Amino acid sequence: MSDAVINVEKTDNPPATIVAPQGNVDMSTSPELRQALRSALDSSPARLIVDLSDVSYMDSSGLATLVEAMRTAKSSPRIPMVLCGLNDTVRAIFEIARLHQFFEIAPSRDDAMQTA
Amino acid sequence: MSDQTSNATTTHRAHDPAHVRVELLSNPIYLSGARELVGAVAKRLGFDDLACSKIALAVDEALCNVIRHGYDRAEDRPIWISLWPLTEDGGKGIRIVIEDEAKQVDPEAMKGRELDDIKPGGLGVHIIKEVMDTVEYEKRETLGMRVTMLKHAPAQPVPEVTRHASQGARA
Repeated sequence: MSDAVINVEKTDNPPATIVAPQGNVDMSTSPELRQALRSALDSSPARLIVDLSDVSYMDSSGLATLVEAMRTAKSSPRIPMVLCGLNDTVRAIFEIARLHQFFEIAPSRDDAMQTA
Repeated sequence: MSDQTSNATTTHRAHDPAHVRVELLSNPIYLSGARELVGAVAKRLGFDDLACSKIALAVDEALCNVIRHGYDRAEDRPIWISLWPLTEDGGKGIRIVIEDEAKQVDPEAMKGRELDDIKPGGLGVHIIKEVMDTVEYEKRETLGMRVTMLKHAPAQPVPEVTRHASQGARA
């Protein structure tokens, strides 16, 4: 059992669903993030923002979870999905896996709201 | 980056007692503790914060591979992590060995997938080889697998004040 904390928030202006995990996203916590992202995508939001500002660490389990969500978001009907708030440690794994170009990444949540 | 390890180095070091050695169960809830331990030791061995987090990431990925593929997610099997400082050629660094009692596989089969094929999963071995300078998989003598990983710390620049003092002393 993990102690993952994942906040899910909906905004109206602009319309978006924001999924914001906290702490470590690794093999023990990524199943809960996967469930939160699936639920968010199932509701067909106008846009999906994954705010990683409070994520201190992520491993390939977390990456795989985000790749899966992005592939779902890109399928029809397409849902714009943007990541934001990556710290240096989290950004590093995206770069090592060369996935930083696969995702749309914004510096902050406000920027992501404008981008999505 | 290389996935080859000097046999001489491996053989010599294999007989040195580890400076740090821990045993943990193959339960993912212990990954964070393992990362913190390795990261803290790497910090004391001369790595900066970002390098420490990458080394901890490599260890995390190696442990996940053992749990996921070696033990088929069984949470009660043993894994050992051993750490040594590297002092070869006057440099610094860290040597990390992870051992298990999982099913043995051909070490040649431990290759990361092509990154151009974007899909969930299969990134662990690639990340390990990208982060560490040297990675070697081998079968243990009786059962299980062993992965040996080396990472050299960047050479520390000589502080200006030290260099000047040294030059003054020689003059």
